[in-house]
Amino acid sequence: MKKFLLVLALAPALAFAQTPEFKLTIKDHRFTPAEVRVPANKKVKLVVRNDDPTPEEFESHTLNREKVIPGRSSATIFIGPLRPGRYPFEGEFNPATAKGVVIAE
Amino acid sequence: MFGVAIIVFREVLEAALIIGVVAAASRGIGGRARALGAGIGAGVIGAVLVAVFAESISHAARGIGQELFNAIVLGLAVLMLAWHSIWMAQHGAAMAADARRVTQDVREGTRGLSAIVLVAFLAVLREGAETVLFLYGMAAGGDLSAASVAAGGALGLLGGGAVGLALYGGLLRIPVRYFFSVTGVLVLLLAAGLAGQMARFLIQADVLPGLLDPLWDTSWLLGTQSAVGSFLQVLIGYDPRPSATQMLFYAATLVLIVVGAKLARPQRLKT
Repeated sequence: MKKFLLVLALAPALAFAQTPEFKLTIKDHRFTPAEVRVPANKKVKLVVRNDDPTPEEFESHTLNREKVIPGRSSATIFIGPLRPGRYPFEGEFNPATAKGVVIAE
Repeated sequence: MFGVAIIVFREVLEAALIIGVVAAASRGIGGRARALGAGIGAGVIGAVLVAVFAESISHAARGIGQELFNAIVLGLAVLMLAWHSIWMAQHGAAMAADARRVTQDVREGTRGLSAIVLVAFLAVLREGAETVLFLYGMAAGGDLSAASVAAGGALGLLGGGAVGLALYGGLLRIPVRYFFSVTGVLVLLLAAGLAGQMARFLIQADVLPGLLDPLWDTSWLLGTQSAVGSFLQVLIGYDPRPSATQMLFYAATLVLIVVGAKLARPQRLKT
């Protein structure tokens, strides 16, 4: 029974493990890390935490994604499967400083 | 200040172009200006509310609340545009007889306008909420004075509104004979494009799979950062890197509206 419960408890974690997760932080209108390396040809999950008090919009024309992230909160964005290559993104509300790139390899 | 103006302009542009198209498409329906004004006004109030609750929306449904919200708003807009196309098909006889007045019947005209009002409301709601959040962030960020944020916002808003008006004015110059054919096609493509965008949000939320993503890549030819690209993105749903899922939604919307309008057309008009 205990074993069975353990399997039950692990099942969601295993299902989750199929979608690799990558964390990004926005601080002072900059992305850290500014370069995110993700596996190519695989769906991945970006978790972007905005530590600034102001909202930001994660936007990427190459990834075909846009999402507003309110101040001091985090957001989940699914991307891919991507062909190998560079996919720039930016914070549309602060495009001068908030720049980054997803590298699929 | 100009940085603020440019971003506000980009956000406002989509709503302004959509309203320009539906304002032209509802030409000849009595009480149109008041109805559009009400839709825009309600949209602004709604946008402020959405911005205030942005965090709750964002965290809803395990972090995909924002995508679901956008998809629902876009889906409703598509339904309303479809409904409008079918309503216009039913009133084809009046259009052919006298393009100045699509319908004499006030109650029937009100019914025809209800879809247009909702489209204006939904367009302002979605783009307005992002604009409000952005302006709030700029004002709270402290790098710019409140006056300069307000001036930039006003400038962007005026610029976006002017482009919408210019589109409307340009459409009105089309000869009456072709007028409703042109606006009909524009409404159809607008609806299909919004359906494609809805699919994109559902893919981003991982609710739908992004089949064959991207189906093609024409970003080297025409990106959506360019003026022409962003116009086409709003007006005909141009996407330089669409997935097959998006194109399926696009095509299905086109087919359903064309077939729906054909079925709704009065029998005596068929040749």
